[in-house]
Amino acid sequence: MAQDIASYGWALALGLTILKSLGLLAILLVFVAFILLADRKIWAAVQLRRGPNVVGPFGLFQSFADLLKFILKEPTIPAGANKGVFLLAPLVTTTLALSAWAVLPVMDGWAIANINVGVLYIFAVSSLGVYGVIMGGWASNSKYPFLGALRSAAQMVSYEVSIGFVVITVLLCVGSLNLSDVVNAQHGSYGLFNWFWLPLFPMFIIFFISALAETNRPPFDLVEAESELVAGFMVEYGSTPYMMFMLGEYVAIVTMCAMTTILFLGGWLPPFDVAPFTWVPGVIWFVIKVCFVFFMFAMVKAFVPRYRYDQLMRLGWKVFLPISLFMVVAVAAVLQFTGWAPGH
Amino acid sequence: MSVAQAFFYLFSAVMVGSAFMVIVSRNPVHSVLFLILTFVNAAGLFLLMGAEFLAMILIVVYVGAVAVLFLFVVMMLDVDFAELKQGFAKHLPLGSILGLIFLIELVMVIGTYFVSPDAARTAPKPDTTVSNTEALGRVLYTDYIYYFQIAGLVLLVAMIGAIVLTLRHKVGVKRQNIADQVARTKETAMEVRKVASGQGL
Repeated sequence: MAQDIASYGWALALGLTILKSLGLLAILLVFVAFILLADRKIWAAVQLRRGPNVVGPFGLFQSFADLLKFILKEPTIPAGANKGVFLLAPLVTTTLALSAWAVLPVMDGWAIANINVGVLYIFAVSSLGVYGVIMGGWASNSKYPFLGALRSAAQMVSYEVSIGFVVITVLLCVGSLNLSDVVNAQHGSYGLFNWFWLPLFPMFIIFFISALAETNRPPFDLVEAESELVAGFMVEYGSTPYMMFMLGEYVAIVTMCAMTTILFLGGWLPPFDVAPFTWVPGVIWFVIKVCFVFFMFAMVKAFVPRYRYDQLMRLGWKVFLPISLFMVVAVAAVLQFTGWAPGH
Repeated sequence: MSVAQAFFYLFSAVMVGSAFMVIVSRNPVHSVLFLILTFVNAAGLFLLMGAEFLAMILIVVYVGAVAVLFLFVVMMLDVDFAELKQGFAKHLPLGSILGLIFLIELVMVIGTYFVSPDAARTAPKPDTTVSNTEALGRVLYTDYIYYFQIAGLVLLVAMIGAIVLTLRHKVGVKRQNIADQVARTKETAMEVRKVASGQGL
């Protein structure tokens, strides 16, 4: 009997993992639906509009109405398009965006896969996100999407460099590539002043702005700049494929918010390590912090005008790259000579 | 067959299949996409061997950066297939010689395991007490730091060389100087003039 259980142990683990993944997927998709609504509401509020307010109380069910509309419409594939790649592109975008959530810990021990190279995994998956855009732009066989795809290829590769250096400085302070270790390293007696946003403040700002560029959010949304490229790489897409692009994009944004939370805002840790704050479960703190970072994302979209493409490249290569490179050396030197380096 | 073995055969089969498709695809963009699939499966094989750091680096560097630029170039190029096929017969002897040499070398390496399994066992065993990220770090940054620095310098020189070769200073191009723009104040940027009414400046 005991032998039977042992030999079926992997099947049990597999079933449990599938169950966990489905649970996280369901919660994540509902969260994305409401965050999409929040994005539009915040944007509207800044512009003194009401935003979506018809479907459900305060327009709360707008995203679900949109979902039905996208799914029930007929998908059209342009005659000159490369059919396989055209349909593969939105799938790639959504799948990659969702797969990043396999390693993100929302509370101590609450990660589907608590792997040793979690940070690198997230970095790898987010760097693959560019393929959905390039494939979609190329397969559409049309001018605007192609221009959008070319822009995104250059943009996402550029900003990955500075994101990489920012992540390295954080890892230097942690001494591990495990995301749970990153959060636990920020635990200290000063509460929120122990989190990495304070000692690594310049890197926090650089990471936030690079995250905007990496997810093609305004003011860096040159990939889909409506005044120049109609809708960029998504021009030829409609109905479900379009919805998958949209979904992938917003999941990637939430992933970036979660990464900012984990790397700089202490993940699931409460802001003060005293009684009323420690009663709240960690996952609530995590969600609150993610919402806060997303609010910043939405505010930037509402009031910063779009960058010109050469300004975007200048910011990435001539401002962020030198600063982050210098900070890597400086942080490493400080850690080495003060003996604060972890693990020694 | 264990789960790891099943995954090994899955990754290997997809990898060999997509590597084959890289060379037989008629469309160069499809070739690059299959190349990316090959890289991803190679990363999967690394994972199975327990080299998770190498697997992630393979994806970040090759798939996330190198292959993007590859795809970028191939998409921009207007490749003429008739022209490409013309040189086929001319380059066939050289290509087949290179391929043959490579095949012989591969057979020799793999053959060692069958001819004398003892020789294969003399290879140093990996240190399993530390994680492979740390083991790689020790080799690169502690044991062979000078060679690593020299490799970095060679790459830096190559990069500067590429920039020097392609950099052209055009005369008469107006460039935006951000520092100038930011340094402007109210005094240097505007002046207030009295304009007589009905006359203009």
